[in-house]
Amino acid sequence: MITLGHMLTLSGVLFALAVAGIFINRKNVILLLMCIELLLLAANFNFIAFSRYLGDLDGQVFVFFVLTVAAAEAAIGLAILVVLFRQRGSINVEDLNEMKG
Amino acid sequence: MQPTFTWSGVAPALPEIYLAAAICVLLMVEVFFGERRRGLTGTLTLLAIAGGAALTLACAQVDARVTLFSGMYVADPLGTVLKLFAFLFLALALLYSRAYLEQRDILRGEFYVLALSALLGVFVLVSANSLLSVYIGVELLALSVYAMVAFDRTSGVAAESAMKYFVLGAIASGTLIYGMSMVYGLSGTLRLDDLAARLTEAPSLGLVLGLVFIVVAVGFKFGAVPFHMWLPDVYHGAPTAVTLFIATVPKIAYFALAFRLLAYGLGGLTGSWTQMLAVLAVLSLVVGTVIALAQTNIKRLLAYSAVANVGFLLLGFVAGTPTGYGAALYYMLAYVIVTLAGFGVVVVASRRGFEADELEHYKGFHARDPMLALSMMVVMFSTAGVPPFIGFWAKLRIIEALWETGHLWLVIIAAAASVVGLFYYLRVVKLMYFDAVPAGLPATEKRTGVRFALGLNALAVLALGVVPNPLLELCERLLG
Repeated sequence: MITLGHMLTLSGVLFALAVAGIFINRKNVILLLMCIELLLLAANFNFIAFSRYLGDLDGQVFVFFVLTVAAAEAAIGLAILVVLFRQRGSINVEDLNEMKG
Repeated sequence: MQPTFTWSGVAPALPEIYLAAAICVLLMVEVFFGERRRGLTGTLTLLAIAGGAALTLACAQVDARVTLFSGMYVADPLGTVLKLFAFLFLALALLYSRAYLEQRDILRGEFYVLALSALLGVFVLVSANSLLSVYIGVELLALSVYAMVAFDRTSGVAAESAMKYFVLGAIASGTLIYGMSMVYGLSGTLRLDDLAARLTEAPSLGLVLGLVFIVVAVGFKFGAVPFHMWLPDVYHGAPTAVTLFIATVPKIAYFALAFRLLAYGLGGLTGSWTQMLAVLAVLSLVVGTVIALAQTNIKRLLAYSAVANVGFLLLGFVAGTPTGYGAALYYMLAYVIVTLAGFGVVVVASRRGFEADELEHYKGFHARDPMLALSMMVVMFSTAGVPPFIGFWAKLRIIEALWETGHLWLVIIAAAASVVGLFYYLRVVKLMYFDAVPAGLPATEKRTGVRFALGLNALAVLALGVVPNPLLELCERLLG
């Protein structure tokens, strides 16, 4: 039997993976964008689990909004990435170090 | 119950509806006439702001709290006042930045459209009465601002800072909705007024965990230590006109975020989140003040000063009383008015190919441009908290609120940070008035309209300090 606890654990694991991915990853900005998506999906998973558990539709409606916003967010992120690549010729995370102090 | 849409049912939300329509119209104007008439969109935007302010005033709710759209949206006096201030601050920011954009050939309609959509995000957040509208507002604001930072496509530094801002901002919003999902699951509602009514008993562990995520997200958005990493790089890397915008208008939204979400919706957990915010506030005060001492770039200096000021603002929330929230509101408004003048001077002093962002560039500034130097001096004195400027009253109110609630240690730390901060603010004044002018600096912007507005702004910093009561009483009435 799959309970609410299982769902929350899974979403917690997804969230932790996403955060770890963002902070450990030193190579590629695209991987960062993927981790951000995973972060949002972990929260979505939580919303759906709670919504089913509470028998309340609001949580699932929230997820639709999050999915839409995540699409817009990815579009902006990729647009910034294109500008960055044109300027630097690289999307390596370690090259993002021009400003210090 | 069948939801019905009537004209009177949506009337309190007219400012947002008007703004959304104005954004569409301006986008069309830019598409059809933008190439031929460069400044047209900018001028129309200022007109749209004036119209919007008049409309907001006309449909203001006096002493009434109205919820609409199934309780997602709330119209109240606090919302109206914050919206009017947001209109005013945005108009000033756009006025100051016009010449800057013109000289760098980036005076495009997109800048104004993005600024207005960020403003719409601020409005949604200011009037949010549901976790969903809080999230939508935060994202609408954040996405517009990311695009504005990367707006100058020829600048590698701007692209880099936009990327950093985007990644850290996206983590913040992910954290925010994760926390919201916990709160939703354990309370069973998304509406903030229902949350306020339901969360009255001692919180469960899950609820506190959700609260931690939300506080982290609020800290990220404000730029409180240890979540401030993005702030100096974004202030430094963005074109100064954009820095001027992101240092001012979104602060209103973040105040609303903290107030609506923490102080109102999660008011039943005040005991828990005040402790978390106290840690963030103290760290921000100490780190912001100490690192600012070592800066040689004025944009970075003002960025670390922003971190220290955020610490002060959060202390108002730490007090956890209506007096404290009123003090935080007053502090936020005072900070934004002063910062507008501060970055305004930096924007007006810069020319094509010369950013005027190193402290070196301000040596002997008085001899080059007495009026701008005087404005900058007013800004520095006010931020340092020297009477009779507005910054002094703002700091005093926060300290009073903390004193009343018995936070003796926080009062001592806040006062100590102010004294240390005095050093680097006065260093800028010393550079401007007592050092020799370095050779080869270009002249400053001479347009009278901009200088007049900037002068009025600096004068307001002094005038609101000499006569502090009207604004103070307004803040107290709104939150008391």
